[in-house]
Amino acid sequence: MENLSLIAGPKTPHVLLDQSGVIELKGKSIPENSVEFYKPVFDWLDAYATNPKPATKVLVALEYFNTSSSKCILDVFRKLEAIHKSGKSAVSISWLYDDEDEDMMETGEDYQTIVKVPFTISKSS
Amino acid sequence: MKPAPDIYSIYQMMEREHIILSFKGHITKELMSSVYQIIDSRLDAIDEHPKKKKKVYNILVESLQNIYHHMDELQQEEDPEHSTSRDAMFMIVRGEDGIYKIHTGNYVLKSKCDLLQTRIDEINGMSPEELRAHYVDRLNTTELSAKGGAGLGIIDIARKSGNKLGYSFNPVSEKFSFFSLIVSID
Repeated sequence: MENLSLIAGPKTPHVLLDQSGVIELKGKSIPENSVEFYKPVFDWLDAYATNPKPATKVLVALEYFNTSSSKCILDVFRKLEAIHKSGKSAVSISWLYDDEDEDMMETGEDYQTIVKVPFTISKSS
Repeated sequence: MKPAPDIYSIYQMMEREHIILSFKGHITKELMSSVYQIIDSRLDAIDEHPKKKKKVYNILVESLQNIYHHMDELQQEEDPEHSTSRDAMFMIVRGEDGIYKIHTGNYVLKSKCDLLQTRIDEINGMSPEELRAHYVDRLNTTELSAKGGAGLGIIDIARKSGNKLGYSFNPVSEKFSFFSLIVSID
């Protein structure tokens, strides 16, 4: 399978999906149609899930995102959770937030309570 | 003859009311992109605190996208009596006290008003902790619509604002009311 790399746009984040088991989501995510934007990410994860690396490291460093993206991000995490539960790969999620951005810290905590995957939250600086 | 409308009095009114940005018309993707850029540079220009800037930006994005998605739904209800039903308005105010107010106005079907009012009243009645729990619950259990909405917008706006949402409904025709929403950010 191929790696997927999307360059950040004015309304969309930088996305890296590397078959070596590295996943990154950085910047802002405020597209009007988030489902359309995240579709290739979902597809990539479905393909990766069939034969993942023993460890999958996920880095999420978002400045802000709209509520429509928040649902897609949860769906990304759910797919990762399924990979983790399958026992094929040890998935860990690292959630980074800007110093002083309590909203983003809280949002990280919200996901942490929903998703059953090792999940760390820390300041980016 | 006096020119109508008198642009100078509108200018004075906007100055007096500390309106930093205002728009009336169709909310399109292109418009939203421009508005985000404008507000981003305006807030940088006045050296707004990054935390507050982020809140204002976030709430603005969510408010405009709410209207945008709503207009998409309304399109299927095209009303010959009211061809402007896809029009909307918004206004961003920064008071001398540094408190921002984001005003939005758009047409909603009268049949949906009661539901919307109940929903806002419910949200206004919640403590920050309850709002957070409500958000997480909805995030966890609601499916996305084809366009990507999950009814999370209004909860997120209330949560980020930290203030009660102000609203009103003005009946304009048999079918439509004009829905006004005011969100404060202090």
